[in-house]
Amino acid sequence: MVAVPSPPSVDSAVVRCAMERCQCAGGWTLDGIQGLDSRLRSVRWPSGALELDCSAVRAIDTTGALRLLNLVAELEQAGRPVRLVGLRAEHRALLELVRERRASAGVSAAPPARPGGLERLGRLVAFHLSAGTAFLGFVGEAAAALGRLLLRPGRFRWRALFGNIEDAGVNALPIIALLSFMMGVVIAYQGGQQLKAYGANIFIVELISLTMLRELAPLITAIIVAGRTGSAYTAQIGTMQITEEVDALRTIGIPPMDLLVVPKLLALVVALPLLTVFADALSVFGGMVMAQTLLDVNFSDFLDRVPQVVTLTSFLLGVGKAPVFAAIIALVGCYQGFHVRGGADSVGRQTTVSVVQSIFLVIAADALFSVVLGGVGL
Amino acid sequence: MKQAPAEPEPPVIVVRNLRTGFGSTIIHDKLNLDIRRGEIVALVGGSGSGKTTLLRAIIMLLQPIGGSIELFGQEIVGIGERAAFQLRRRFGMLFQQGALFSSLTVRENVGVPLREHTALSAKEIAEIADLKIALAGLPADAGGKLPRELSGGMLKRAALARALALDPALLFLDEPTAGLDPVSAGAFDELVVQLKESLGLTVVMVTHDLDTLWQATDRVAFLGEKRVIGYAPMQELTQAVHPLIRAYFEGPRGRAAGNRRAE
Repeated sequence: MVAVPSPPSVDSAVVRCAMERCQCAGGWTLDGIQGLDSRLRSVRWPSGALELDCSAVRAIDTTGALRLLNLVAELEQAGRPVRLVGLRAEHRALLELVRERRASAGVSAAPPARPGGLERLGRLVAFHLSAGTAFLGFVGEAAAALGRLLLRPGRFRWRALFGNIEDAGVNALPIIALLSFMMGVVIAYQGGQQLKAYGANIFIVELISLTMLRELAPLITAIIVAGRTGSAYTAQIGTMQITEEVDALRTIGIPPMDLLVVPKLLALVVALPLLTVFADALSVFGGMVMAQTLLDVNFSDFLDRVPQVVTLTSFLLGVGKAPVFAAIIALVGCYQGFHVRGGADSVGRQTTVSVVQSIFLVIAADALFSVVLGGVGL
Repeated sequence: MKQAPAEPEPPVIVVRNLRTGFGSTIIHDKLNLDIRRGEIVALVGGSGSGKTTLLRAIIMLLQPIGGSIELFGQEIVGIGERAAFQLRRRFGMLFQQGALFSSLTVRENVGVPLREHTALSAKEIAEIADLKIALAGLPADAGGKLPRELSGGMLKRAALARALALDPALLFLDEPTAGLDPVSAGAFDELVVQLKESLGLTVVMVTHDLDTLWQATDRVAFLGEKRVIGYAPMQELTQAVHPLIRAYFEGPRGRAAGNRRAE
């Protein structure tokens, strides 16, 4: 709001009082009533009933009319009955329209009372429990759809599958290459500093190839894919949900599960292990570059030692986790997409939830793998 | 309500030799159109005749290739940012799908232009918004609802309330009655006429609704062959000899709407 009363310009709404007579003048419009409050403060109202002469009002619109009616109401509450005189016919008609419509206008409802802490906690727990069961239901539905398609492979959507593999797999190669190479460089640099201090330069091979192949490359790839592809799945299905395309599929007789979920799920289950192998290679290469420049371990020494220290099991365990991560990302992404309701803001919200949940579940699953595999001695 | 002004007032909208298009497709060529103050003008024409494109060019959402458009006497082809901002508060637009912001309640939606263009307090804005919601003929409890909780007819009314938020002198409507049942559509036509008469609005609408054309418009501009090929009150326009216009109005639907009007 304007703090200093600005000088009334030609078009501003003004009220002047001289002796017993008061006059409204100027433009009682949305522009004209800006800063009217501060101008009203300096008006000296005569005591008792008063006549408000409106013959000098040049223009009036619905907002100005509302303000004028409010002014009259304020004055009457302060015990000064007001009579409006001199209004032009069309201004009076507009005033009447606003008076009549305002009577039927809704009173701004008070915001609902904020629930107490215990109630909010309870609601949160109930919400997450029901979301958990709903997700399990969705996983079951997807599995049923997958089973149905395995029994009748003729109905399988091959085009959708290959399109999704290209989107999620081939098109992700550059970003996966860059990031996993940089991961290899960083790990080799940080670990290499320590190894050099003990003269154990050659152990850089164990450091890089074991951590990368078994843990970091699958994890980094899954996180990139969750952010890149999982979010795209949610946004695509969510937008289709809003534009009723999902309902259109149902009425045409195409189960949305068959077209939208199963091809995405299978595409990611195929693409993510391949991307992981690619990330394995690039991150080890990043480590090799650092090992040569920092630790004087050249490429052939490095590669000679890799088969001695890395078992096939470690490699397969790393790649073997990828399909599980892929299933998590695809299912969470699609599930959140189907949960979009309403409009654009919901797409944004569910996409955020989808990425956060799939990254969380991927890391949780990775931890579970470590514990279980450690337990059976692999 | 119409009164002949003493001296001819300059038209609110003047379109001269307008040329628009996308890529190599030309949609309008040498199109001329004048719209006077206080008129309700409808733009009609077959699909693809560029009704919505013309509307989008007039409200500065689309840059024409050539020609000139004057709004309130001001040239808008190549207009600067500041001047465009000032001009935008003088007209309201009702989009075909409503285009209400889905994360805001109806009252907040109506308040958006007010918050953007004025220094009014939140309380005043809410009060003005409630008035506009009532003016648009919505029930009192609609203000607190989200757009997705409204029916199609209510959504159009809520969008109209937002278009009226700044008390514009000029109102644009894109297919205002499309998708409404006949009763709601008729009520919406009445509302537009009533608002025009009580608020002195100039209204430009794109419509296919023949009943709207008969009941709500002062003049109808018929678009075809990349320009305006007929511009007259409905009664006269249906007598026009141009084959495109005849084909448009002489189908069974056109005759039915005309007969209903005659009864």
